[in-house]
Amino acid sequence: MAVEQKLIDIIAEQLSVDKAKVVPGASFIDDLGADSLDLVELIMAMEEAFDIEIADEVAEKIVTVQDAIDHIKKISE
Amino acid sequence: MSLQGKVAVVTGGSRGIGRAVSLRLGAMGALVVVNYVSRPDAAEETAAQIRAAGGQAEICAFNVADTEGTEEAFKKILAAHGRIDILVNNAGITRDGLMVKMKESQWDEVLDTNLKGAFTCLKAVSRAMMKQRWGRIVNISSVIGFAGNAGQLNYAAAKAGLVGLTRSAARELASRNITVNGVAPGYIVTDMTRDLPEEINEKIRGEIPLGLLGEPEDVAGAVAYLVSEDGRYLTGQFIHVNGGMYMG
Repeated sequence: MAVEQKLIDIIAEQLSVDKAKVVPGASFIDDLGADSLDLVELIMAMEEAFDIEIADEVAEKIVTVQDAIDHIKKISE
Repeated sequence: MSLQGKVAVVTGGSRGIGRAVSLRLGAMGALVVVNYVSRPDAAEETAAQIRAAGGQAEICAFNVADTEGTEEAFKKILAAHGRIDILVNNAGITRDGLMVKMKESQWDEVLDTNLKGAFTCLKAVSRAMMKQRWGRIVNISSVIGFAGNAGQLNYAAAKAGLVGLTRSAARELASRNITVNGVAPGYIVTDMTRDLPEEINEKIRGEIPLGLLGEPEDVAGAVAYLVSEDGRYLTGQFIHVNGGMYMG
């Protein structure tokens, strides 16, 4: 749960959107208005916040908020 | 035109055009990190001149052709100052020779330093600049990159390559309030050109409509404009500082 909240905070800040909009099913590009550079910045912010490295091949598959939550949880286990 | 509180990195900043650019940015209030490879004494002299004029400066050794060492150096600069606002990709070398006799090593060395080195530095600062939502990058190209020159195929290719790099980076970073521009100097009086025989200098002057060689300060003035608030609406552009010898 803590992971999810932290992630939602990061996403909301990076993409300058209301936290209420950062729901699991939301797509970064289609629903939250991110462009390709936003996504790169978001991945970088996640890497810093959780002290992890996200490979480019993995990053490409992170399309929705749920994808990001799943990935971070999987890595942190 | 104040750059107070800003941190600038000038590659190849110890001598020639790089020194003039460093001095100018220092005079405008930026803390200048003067990069050098082989001449710590020259870099220290540049830093000392900046301090003597009331500015802030430090020196930092790394070879832009060495990707790992360069990345390491930028990490240290960022850790020490918390930010990098201005990058001037000035480091450059020549390995002249006619194409038919040019060795692969001559090609590789010039491309590695003059073009790949600029990419490495640009990449190293872009993350910090994106976060800051402010950045100024200036790539020092050359009239040779636009007009070509016999005996400088490698140098011309690298300097022309900087044009494409500049324009593409400008497009990628514009939404983050980072401008990427270039300056293309013509014949400037530096260590590289000072020792040329008088008859060659005479010939060069004949090709320059304004009739004289440029000074490093002429290039520094163009860089100063691009990084200042006055230059905020330019990105992906080149300023030709060449006395009219090539009108881009």
